[in-house]
Amino acid sequence: MLEIFVLTEHRQGQIRDITFEMLTKGRDLAEKAGADLTAVVLGKDVREHAKTLSEYAKKVLLVEDKRLENFNSEVYKKVLSDLINKHKPLLIMIGHTSFGVDLAPSLAAALKLPLASDCINIEFEGATLLITRQMYGGKVNVKATVRKVGCYIVTVRQAAFSVQKLSMNGEIIEKSSSLTEEITSKRFIKYVSPPLSGVDITAADVLVGVGRGIKDESNIPAVEELARSLGGVLACSRPIVDKGWLPNDRQVGTSGKIVKPKLYIALGISGAFQHVLGMKSSDLIIAVNKDPNAPVFNFSDYGVVEDLFKLVSPLKNKICELKGHKI
Amino acid sequence: MDVIVCVKHVPETAEAEIKIDSTGKAVEKIGLVFDINESDDYALEEAIRIKEKLGGTVTALTVGSGDADSTLRKCLARGADQAIRLTDVKFNGSDSYATAKILHSAIKGLSFDLILTGALASDDGYTMVGPILAELLGIPHATMVKNIEFSDDVVKVNRELEGGVEEIVEVKLPVALSVQTGINEPRYVSILGIKKAMRKEIKVLGLVDIDLSENDVGEAGSWIVIEKMFVPPVEKQTEFIKGTPEEVAAKIAEIIKSRGLM
Ligand SMILES: Cc1cc2nc3c(=O)[nH]c(=O)nc-3n(C[C@H](O)[C@H](O)[C@H](O)COP(=O)(O)OP(=O)(O)OC[C@H]3O[C@@H](n4cnc5c(N)ncnc54)[C@H](O)[C@@H]3O)c2cc1C
Ligand SMILES: Nc1ncnc2c1ncn2[C@@H]1O[C@H](COP(=O)(O)O)[C@@H](O)[C@H]1O
Repeated sequence: MLEIFVLTEHRQGQIRDITFEMLTKGRDLAEKAGADLTAVVLGKDVREHAKTLSEYAKKVLLVEDKRLENFNSEVYKKVLSDLINKHKPLLIMIGHTSFGVDLAPSLAAALKLPLASDCINIEFEGATLLITRQMYGGKVNVKATVRKVGCYIVTVRQAAFSVQKLSMNGEIIEKSSSLTEEITSKRFIKYVSPPLSGVDITAADVLVGVGRGIKDESNIPAVEELARSLGGVLACSRPIVDKGWLPNDRQVGTSGKIVKPKLYIALGISGAFQHVLGMKSSDLIIAVNKDPNAPVFNFSDYGVVEDLFKLVSPLKNKICELKGHKI
Repeated sequence: MDVIVCVKHVPETAEAEIKIDSTGKAVEKIGLVFDINESDDYALEEAIRIKEKLGGTVTALTVGSGDADSTLRKCLARGADQAIRLTDVKFNGSDSYATAKILHSAIKGLSFDLILTGALASDDGYTMVGPILAELLGIPHATMVKNIEFSDDVVKVNRELEGGVEEIVEVKLPVALSVQTGINEPRYVSILGIKKAMRKEIKVLGLVDIDLSENDVGEAGSWIVIEKMFVPPVEKQTEFIKGTPEEVAAKIAEIIKSRGLM
C-alpha cells in the first residue's frame, strides 16, 4: 500500500498546529492517490501525542528514544532515513518551520530525493507532483513540477491549509529506534527567550504596524503619536526590529507575535506571509502602501495607495478632532 | 578561522513593479535594481566580524552572471580577501539544489572552517542552499542562526524558532550556518573602500572548471521546474479609499469611529 508520511512537529510537550494542517491536507492527497496517511512521531514519552494523532491518520509510526527528546536535525535525519528507506512513502510532508527548514534539505540531499520547499498547494497529476509556492516576497505565485522519482519530500507553509478534525482511529505502530550510537556533531542545549521590553502588543485593541516604508528611525515618533491618538500601541514588521528601531516584542509575525486586535493599521508594510500570518485575524485591517501591488492589499479590508508620510499627520489630526481632543 | 560566505545577487522587489515576462515563467528583470540578498548581507557582515576577531580569511562566492560582480565587490570592499563567481550559460534554470551542487564543487577544493549563507534568497525563497551544501560536504549545519559563539572545535549558535523563542545548539566545526537577518548591524562601506575593491580580481569559474556535468546543473540538475507564474489570488477584497490625504484621513477616521474604536 502506498503511504503518505506526515512528520509530527512538537515542542515542549505540544504538538504544533502545522502538524494538523498537514494531516488534513495529507488525508485529501492520500484519498486521491489511493494511499494510506501515516503520521510519524519521534520523541521521548510521546505516547499521548501518538494517541492524538491517531484521530487524524490511518497509521501512526511511533519511535521513542531519549535521544529524540528535543528536535535535532542530525538525529531526526538518521531515524527518518531508516523509516523512509523501509516504507518508501510516496510523499513526506514536513512543516516549513524552523524545525522543518533545518531538517528537510539535508534529509532530501542525503536520500537523493527531491524536495519542494514552502509549498502552499500540493497536487498529484498522475505520477507527477505539482506544487504551488510563492516568490518575490509573495508578489507572484508559481506552479512547478517536481522531478519525477516516485518518492517526494515537501515542506508545507504554516496556515496554508485549514484543520479539519477527523475520527480516523488509526493504528499506532511502535518502531524501535534505529539509533545505535550517540550523534555528536550537533547537540541541543536549551530553549531561551530573548529579553522583553515590557509592552504586550497582543493585549492591545488597536495596533499601528510600521514597516520598512518608514525609512528612518527618526520617523518612528510620528507614527507612535498616531498610535497613541487611537489609544493604541505601535507594532512593526521584522526589518524594524532587525535595525534596532523598536524592541523585539513589538514584532508582528511568525517569528514575533500573533496579534488579533480590533484594528490593525499597516503602514509601509509589504505583506510578506511571515508578517501576514501574525495579523490577518485582526477584526479590521487598513493598509497604507505606495505600491498598489503590495501583497498586503490581498489581506486588508481597506487599502490606501499613498505615501504614508502624507497620511500620518492628517490622520492623527482627524482622529483627535473626532475625539474632541486638542491637536 | 577561514570563512566562506555564499552571496546571491537579487532584484529588490518589495517596492518595484513586478511584471511576468513573455515566457510566463519568470519576471521581467529589466528595470529592477539588484543588490546583495538581505540575509546574505548579514552573513557577510558576520564573516568579516569573525575575521576581525579571530583572524583568518573570508572568501565570497556567488553563482550568477557578470552583473553579480557588484555584489562581490561589496564583499571585497567590506573586507573579504577573495571573490569567486561561478558563471556558465548551462547554470541557467538552476534551482537551489543545483545551485548548492555548483557551490559544493567549487568549495570542496578550498580550505575552510565555516561556511555562512543567508537564511533564504528573497527572490525564490527556497530556504535550502545552506543545509544541502553541508550535506554534500558531509559537515553539520544549523539554520535560522541569530548568534554565533566559538569555543575550541565547536560553535554554539542561537537558532530562531517561532513566536520569539530561540534554541541554543552546539555544532562541531567545520560547519555550515544559515544566518538570519538581525544577527548584527551590517556596516556601510565607504566610497574609497569600493574604489579600492574595483582593483581586486574576481575569479571566474565555469562548468569546465568544476567537477560537474551538464546534467547536474540547470534545469536538468534541478528538483523543481517552474511551469507557470501568476498573480496571487486575493484572500480579502480590499476596498480602496481614494482622495487627497486629508479626504482619505477623514474617511479612515470615520470608519474607525463607526466601528466604535474611538
Ligand atoms: C524565518 C523568517 C521569519 C520571519 N518572521 C517575520 C516576522 O515575524 N514578522 C515580519 O514582519 N517579517 C518576518 N520575516 C521577514 C519577511 O519575510 C519580510 O522580509 C518582512 O516582513 C518585510 O517587512 P516590510 O514589509 O516592513 O518591508 P518590505 O518588504 O521592504 O516592504 C516595505 C513596503 O513599504 C512600502 N513603502 C515604502 N515607502 C513607502 C512610503 N513612503 N509610503 C507607503 N509605503 C511605502 C513599499 O512599497 C513596500 O511594500 C521573516 C522572514 C523569515 C525568513
Ligand atoms: N546563486 C547563488 N550564489 C551564491 N549563494 C547562493 C545562491 N543562491 C542561494 N545562495 C545562498 O543560499 C542562501 C539560501 O538560498 P535559498 O536556499 O535559495 O533560499 C542564500 O541566502 C545565499 O547565501
